[in-house]
Amino acid sequence: MAKSSAARKQHEKLPAPAKMTVTLHVNGVARKINLAPWTTLLDALRIHIGLTGTKKGCDHGQCGACTVLVDGRRINSCLALAVMKDAAQITTIEGLAKDGALHPVQQAFIDHDAFQCGYCTPGQICSAVGLISESRAHSAEEIRELMSGNICRCGAYPNIVGAIEQAMSRKSASRPKGGA
Amino acid sequence: MNNFEFSRATDVADAVRQIAADPGARFVAGGTNLIDLIKEGVTKPSRLIDITRLQLNRIEDTNDGGLRIGALVPNSDLAYHPEIDKRYPLLASAILAGASPQLRNMATTGGNLLQRTRCLYFYDTTTPCNKREPGSGCSAIDGLNRMHAVLGASEQCIATHPSDMCVALAALEARVLTAGRNGERSIALADFHRLPGDAPQIDTNLGKDEIITGVELPPDGFAENYSYLKIRDRLSYAFALVSVAAALEIENGVIRQARLALGGVAHKPWRDQRAEAQLSGAPPARESFARAAETVLRQARGFGHNDFKIELARRAIVRALSQAASGTPQSQIDKRVR
Repeated sequence: MAKSSAARKQHEKLPAPAKMTVTLHVNGVARKINLAPWTTLLDALRIHIGLTGTKKGCDHGQCGACTVLVDGRRINSCLALAVMKDAAQITTIEGLAKDGALHPVQQAFIDHDAFQCGYCTPGQICSAVGLISESRAHSAEEIRELMSGNICRCGAYPNIVGAIEQAMSRKSASRPKGGA
Repeated sequence: MNNFEFSRATDVADAVRQIAADPGARFVAGGTNLIDLIKEGVTKPSRLIDITRLQLNRIEDTNDGGLRIGALVPNSDLAYHPEIDKRYPLLASAILAGASPQLRNMATTGGNLLQRTRCLYFYDTTTPCNKREPGSGCSAIDGLNRMHAVLGASEQCIATHPSDMCVALAALEARVLTAGRNGERSIALADFHRLPGDAPQIDTNLGKDEIITGVELPPDGFAENYSYLKIRDRLSYAFALVSVAAALEIENGVIRQARLALGGVAHKPWRDQRAEAQLSGAPPARESFARAAETVLRQARGFGHNDFKIELARRAIVRALSQAASGTPQSQIDKRVR
């Protein structure tokens, strides 16, 4: 929507700080980008780098659609400034499949039909990958609580929990217990 | 978002120097609250000073047997830290009652202390709000005030402090460690946040050129008898309508020491030492807890939509103290209240 002329005038009075150069390591690829300091990590990924798999839902940290992994931890990319993630390792939904094979969590979401419209799905999957590596959920109840940062307006929650349970059990089956 | 300058601080002294040089500047670490406020146009900093490279991310023992938590320790790391889990489970429980895993991964200890209210009028820049724009009026007093304060409010502001972590810190008598141009300070948590009074735009007693460097916990963690009970509109990922941090030290069937702090009811974590004194020496029984609740709420006042909070708080206090006394703290996974 067009800004009112008053708002535009006020905007013009503010300084126009120099752009900054940062290097984001996205899905294993170093991306050197030049951006304004107020660019969020979400906008950097979608607009500057062109990886639109990460979704903008509420843009206020309330829905989880923008969840990505930064240095292995799940965060809301809409509330992070890209300039503060210089040199960080970032994994988005585009980086989960390896050698043409879906990530076990991606496969589990398909197996369980864990979505309807699909808009929240990239965030759900990245969040679930973070959840599994945190190793703090051991029951459906704990999965529900520790996935509470991801809202699904289609209400696919039961299938999402089922998918994550499947991915968790495959992980624990394929790896020795007590590993790091 | 509005345009702002961006710089990085290399150490605490540099951070203090930078904030002192620019009155419109703000520190940024986790950003979970500040970036949102900038997007909404509620806060318009001229500069953000990135403090995430400061070496303030350790949790270490203090000489007196307590713990010192660096200001940059993320909420999730703090909640799951083995020493916190073992010695200060009330704090771990309160942190896990708040926000979401993603936000807890980002948010820091220092930032949590500086969270601003979630009052809808504070966020809505088209409405008057004394906290956002001093002198413009309070839209909540005669507006939609279901979430608002029932204790310690003023005619200027009836907003509440949104933090869960701070409620536990109040009950545990934590201290906030700061550094500024005039040196270092240690501020009791009770004196850190302010009541709105005539200056609701000022949330805390942190100086303009000061930075929070950490939080110190005294040795006594009340790890045996505690509970953090949070009542909200949905089971997870919502701010408190009322929350209660209860901690008891029980000896030979008598309460030797009690701590009681409430969240969601006031402009700051609401600790009531008069109620605590009343509990000490009393049996850990429902009658004692009900009397303490009466004391806490003796000057409670509703503003219409939030009248229900007074009775809700009364019941939550009794329940949290009962949970603490019986050694069955509220689970933050299974939210059924027992």
